[in-house]
Amino acid sequence: MSLYFLCLILFCIGLYCVLRKRNIIKIIVGVGIIEYAVNLLLILIGYRQNGRAPISANDQEILNMVDPLPQAMVLTTIVIGLAVMVILVALALRIYEKHGTFDITKIRRLKG
Amino acid sequence: MEIHLILIFMICAALFAAETKDLISSLIALSVAGLGLCLAFLILKAPNLAITQLVVEIIYVIILIRATIDKDLPLVRDGRWLFNTVSAMLFAIVFLSFAYFALKEIPVFGQPLMRVSNEYVTSGLEKTGSANIVSAITLNFRSFDALAEAAVLFTAIIGVLAITRKTGKIDEK
Repeated sequence: MSLYFLCLILFCIGLYCVLRKRNIIKIIVGVGIIEYAVNLLLILIGYRQNGRAPISANDQEILNMVDPLPQAMVLTTIVIGLAVMVILVALALRIYEKHGTFDITKIRRLKG
Repeated sequence: MEIHLILIFMICAALFAAETKDLISSLIALSVAGLGLCLAFLILKAPNLAITQLVVEIIYVIILIRATIDKDLPLVRDGRWLFNTVSAMLFAIVFLSFAYFALKEIPVFGQPLMRVSNEYVTSGLEKTGSANIVSAITLNFRSFDALAEAAVLFTAIIGVLAITRKTGKIDEK
């Protein structure tokens, strides 16, 4: 329970960074922190006490594997997170090219 | 116990990344949090994820530093400091108090519900021939997910190409 709560505190720090900062790069950093927190929460839910990694061995019977399903799904999530991050950086660079700043309050000339 | 320490370490790194003025050190702090996540995956018995996280983390840092390295970065001042901070804190408190009730409903740490995964764990080796159950799930039991992931990656590449395109629409004369 305390672990889940620490994980959600990490999520809140990322959310604070996204909501509060005015620099686009800082907002991207906040999105990255949120992604870490969510991935870690999913893996924490699938952990088994004194479990073993979900890799079967030849000469022994392993009965206490951790849950492999969240791990497989989070593997997908990490890669998709990379794709999201790349698109965000491309958008930030484009905005910098057009407006010459990373400050979101200075971006006013939206038309044309 | 170690996982508590690593989570507190990650929270410290995230706070530093959020609050420091210098953008490059913010990015370095983000990558410190990511490497902490990599260690946490290792302790939580997820070696596949630790390897992937390490690689993706390094790519993050390269891309983000490339995006900021040659730009002039004037100090961005945050306006209305008190109001904004108080409202963000209030929102976080409301979120955490709702989460406190929601977290009672999910399984306790250390005792996962393994209703679906028991099938994969017990019969994964015979059915797929892969000793690593995680890769058996991603590449065999749920391979359509991997296919969709590849589709998302290609879509991301097309999106980046469309966003960073230099020339506009060519006038037809």
